[in-house]
Amino acid sequence: MANFSRNYMGIFIHIGRYVLWMGRVFRRPEKWSIYRQRIFEEVQNIGYDSIGLVAIVSTFMGAVLTIQLAYNITSPLIPVYTVGLGVRDSLILEFSPTIISIILAGKVGSSIAGEIGTMRVTDQIDALDIMGVNSTNFLVGPKMIAAIICNPFIVIISIALGIFGGYMAGMLTGEVSGSDFIYGIQYWFQPFYIAYALMKTVVFAAIITTVPAYFGYHASGGALEVGRASTVSVVYSIVIVLTFNLILTQMLLQ
Amino acid sequence: MLDVGLGSALLNPISYLLTPSPMIEVKGLNKSFGEHHVLKNIDAQFHKGQVNIIIGQSGSGKTVLTKCMVGLFEVDSGTIEYDGRDFASMSFNEKKSIRQDIGMLFQGGALFDSMTVEDNIMFPLSMFTGQNLKARRERAQFCLERVNLSDAGKLFPSELSGGMKKRVAIARAISMRPKYLFCDEPNSGLDPKTGLVIDQLIQEITEEYEITTIVITHDMNSVIEIGENIQFIYEGEKWWEGSKEEILTTENQEVVDFVYASKFMKKVRADLAK
Repeated sequence: MANFSRNYMGIFIHIGRYVLWMGRVFRRPEKWSIYRQRIFEEVQNIGYDSIGLVAIVSTFMGAVLTIQLAYNITSPLIPVYTVGLGVRDSLILEFSPTIISIILAGKVGSSIAGEIGTMRVTDQIDALDIMGVNSTNFLVGPKMIAAIICNPFIVIISIALGIFGGYMAGMLTGEVSGSDFIYGIQYWFQPFYIAYALMKTVVFAAIITTVPAYFGYHASGGALEVGRASTVSVVYSIVIVLTFNLILTQMLLQ
Repeated sequence: MLDVGLGSALLNPISYLLTPSPMIEVKGLNKSFGEHHVLKNIDAQFHKGQVNIIIGQSGSGKTVLTKCMVGLFEVDSGTIEYDGRDFASMSFNEKKSIRQDIGMLFQGGALFDSMTVEDNIMFPLSMFTGQNLKARRERAQFCLERVNLSDAGKLFPSELSGGMKKRVAIARAISMRPKYLFCDEPNSGLDPKTGLVIDQLIQEITEEYEITTIVITHDMNSVIEIGENIQFIYEGEKWWEGSKEEILTTENQEVVDFVYASKFMKKVRADLAK
């Protein structure tokens, strides 16, 4: 019982510290020109460098979705183009914004926690603070902004490549003809779904950058603790992304 | 217990009057972490143009004292005055102006891994001055030449030896022409000869730029080499204060145990007594 309450209190302490710490992220930067330059660097690290992984995952995800849907639709009453429709909506509503954000939480999140954690244990963050630089704003702000800018584009790329993967899989396996698939992806298209996917992505982008940064920033000790902070940060990021996925889905698709 | 080794200075008023006025003054400083009272009512003065040394055993509170002085830790009570301005009670923005006058040399150098040596030195200049790139480059090169590393500008910190990292950290610390320089274990992890080079560099820079330098160390070589105003911290209290000559002859048991810890040093003390 004591352990149970201690763990729960620990979560509340983290939430309180995170909120206060985020207040420092939103302060005015010391120098805008350097801040802007750092955003461009992070666009490269967080956005551009993730495109390869996202492309591979999305193409295969779309292909597998097509084969599974085609395999499960056995009734002659359900038209074949439903496969295209199902692949499109699954990718837009869930797979691309949520699964890609979870994958990025692993790739980008662990890298952020490791980078900032190492800076913490090697006194580089103290060095920034002593110089008079708001280290939280300087280190975390550009990463968060870069992710908020890049991730919607990444998700759009993911949706496009997922549909392409599905189209190719349908064609190559002979389960769905090209014309049926294209008809399916155009059928009863809801533009709001794209807006919904992008809104979720922006929230997830903030989570998968700031949560690992928080754990890295508060790391102490040595390499072992930085590694542990990195692992814990990815776990927390994924759980928080899934929680917000539920909340946003309920709010936006009412 | 506080044994202020200024008895001889009080007996000699001329020498007392010639002692420079303190640039940094700590009064009644207390700091606790939970139940653990780390700093107990510390009073200390650190003089301009001098290498002020804080010594003490590991865990005595030296680093916590320094981190309180530079604002990395909030103090529980007490004041930290930089030229009469109470740093501890200032707001974040007020502290910023003083922080730009502070240079700090960390134990491991704390150089930014992602930047070249030149960019590391230019970083505070880029953040806080309106200087153009040419002026910043010239200042960085000047600082590198001052620490005898004029060709290291394009290297990354991972390509430097321990001693070079310390010298680059000194170059970065002096790039903004600080009034106050803090050095945390400046020659830890270095061989005695390189340690001496770093010590001498700190002393030269202190005199050259009239800086108030505070060195935290437990290396007695440094204390004897460059120490002018020495403060001994024992179990979170300011236990003793004096010069490098006085530390060798004091009868304060805790200081004696610290300075003459090894058998060799005990023999040296016995020889000195003779």
